[in-house]
Amino acid sequence: MNDRPSWFNVTSLVLGFSFLYLPIVLLVVYSFNASRLVTVWGGFSTQWYVSLIHNQGILDAAWVTIRVALISATCATILGTLAAVALVRYGRFHGRTLFSGMVYAPLVMPEVITGLSLLLLFVAVGFDRGFWTVVLAHITLSMCFVAVVVQSRLVTFDRSLEEAALDLGCPPGKTFLKITLPLIAPAVVAGWMLAFTLSLDDLVIASFTTGPGATTLPMKIYSQVRLGVTPEINAVCTILIGIVATGVIIASIATKRREVERARAERLAAAAP
Amino acid sequence: MAGPDPKGGGGRFLVLGIPYLWLIVFFLIPFLIVLKISFSTTAIAIPPYTPAIDFAQGLTAVWEQAKEFTTDNYVWLTEDALYWKAYLESLWIALVSTFLVLLIGYPLAYGMARAPARWRPTLVMMVILPFWTSFLIRVYAWIGILKPEGLLNQVLLAVGVIDEPLVITGTNLAVYIGIVYSYLPFMVLPLYAALERQDQTLLEAAADLGCRPIESFWKITFPLSLPGVVAGCFLVFIPAVGEFVIPDLLGGSGTLMIGRTLWNEFFLNRDWPVASAVAVILLLVLVVPIVIFQNQQKKNEERLR
Repeated sequence: MNDRPSWFNVTSLVLGFSFLYLPIVLLVVYSFNASRLVTVWGGFSTQWYVSLIHNQGILDAAWVTIRVALISATCATILGTLAAVALVRYGRFHGRTLFSGMVYAPLVMPEVITGLSLLLLFVAVGFDRGFWTVVLAHITLSMCFVAVVVQSRLVTFDRSLEEAALDLGCPPGKTFLKITLPLIAPAVVAGWMLAFTLSLDDLVIASFTTGPGATTLPMKIYSQVRLGVTPEINAVCTILIGIVATGVIIASIATKRREVERARAERLAAAAP
Repeated sequence: MAGPDPKGGGGRFLVLGIPYLWLIVFFLIPFLIVLKISFSTTAIAIPPYTPAIDFAQGLTAVWEQAKEFTTDNYVWLTEDALYWKAYLESLWIALVSTFLVLLIGYPLAYGMARAPARWRPTLVMMVILPFWTSFLIRVYAWIGILKPEGLLNQVLLAVGVIDEPLVITGTNLAVYIGIVYSYLPFMVLPLYAALERQDQTLLEAAADLGCRPIESFWKITFPLSLPGVVAGCFLVFIPAVGEFVIPDLLGGSGTLMIGRTLWNEFFLNRDWPVASAVAVILLLVLVVPIVIFQNQQKKNEERLR
């Protein structure tokens, strides 16, 4: 089999990736536009970033969003990992169909339904809406994504190490923490990052479940976008894209390095007498 | 069934019990509440519907309140052509978009799967990267491109292809572009996974036996990639039906999609019972694709094990 890509494959890759990246690149470029008219290039300028620093509304919303994302991602990672372990390791337990249904359904459920139903729950139990209701809603959504990510790692994972620890008398809880968790750590970290960005991005569910004083950044962006495209919003979006891109690239480099190290350790272990 | 705790007991109870309970409280019960409120009547009160069941008043009082339930909201939905049109248009837009995403996503996934092995992890990351950046931002980026004085029109006018700006924002075309763009990674990733796994020797054997490349694509590659096609189509179609942000920002007032209708009922008309009834029917419409999708997931899960 020749390893040279055919012209058809190269063309589809170039066209496909241009389609994916061009809008984002244009948005970033125009955030440095000196002109207030978004589509007229008036020279390079960072003035919109400077004016952001003085926009208290956006700064407050950003702070709320980051706190919601940190708390909800952490809780969702714990709950999602537990759910993944239960799905992969517990076989056919009573109520499995309902459980796996509830784990997969939120992945494709229209956000308007999830948002509306959670809001009606909070109203029915008389829970004051605000910061914490958004956190609870985001945990519920994100834990399902974490569960799927961790699950895919757990199914392809060598059980013999766990079994060896159990045979040697290690209690199950300790086996999980000492053996299983380090081995599935890359998936758990990826799950946390996914949960974090899901929370960072969410507009619809947050709009339904929030209350006074807890406006998140997407809600702020949305209300301004409805009024029109502004360079300031381009600047906010560029900063968000920069943060997410840096995080994803660092994480993927770290994962790759760890894999290389592990492969080397395995080779050394195999070579040892 | 050797798990971390093969004999069951406390640990196992917690590992399963905590997420199970969480999902029942924050996923299942909220749906039952939506169902209940969809049979209630709008009222100028807090909460804005009656009857508001109050278990504190005892069972007989609850029974009295339960008698007030009505199917008025559903009758209202079926009588008003607006809702019919919104459901049908949502399904149609989602269907067309899913087809377009498949058409664009397949060559991309194919190109990725046939690229030299050392490129592939980078290519996969490049598909995932836009997916990690905000949905809202990606839709917003298209407004700047598509609007009448936007970049696309400027380029086309400068080149001389058109004499006056095309009106794209505010039409269904913009909604299609937005959905195709936003959901492309959902299609490409399962397709890539299915295509990358394929045994290349099958194609070589076909070629040796005199099969032309196009023919072997339709007879071998495509049928073998069908699980990926199906997974990708569901991952695009189901959320696209209930999409809110894209029709709201890119579509016009004529773009009736059900997610937007629900949002407006809730936030503009403050009619919670009708919004709930809209949600219940949307869920009924989607329940068939969701169940098929879940069975597919389960099959994949079992195959991997």
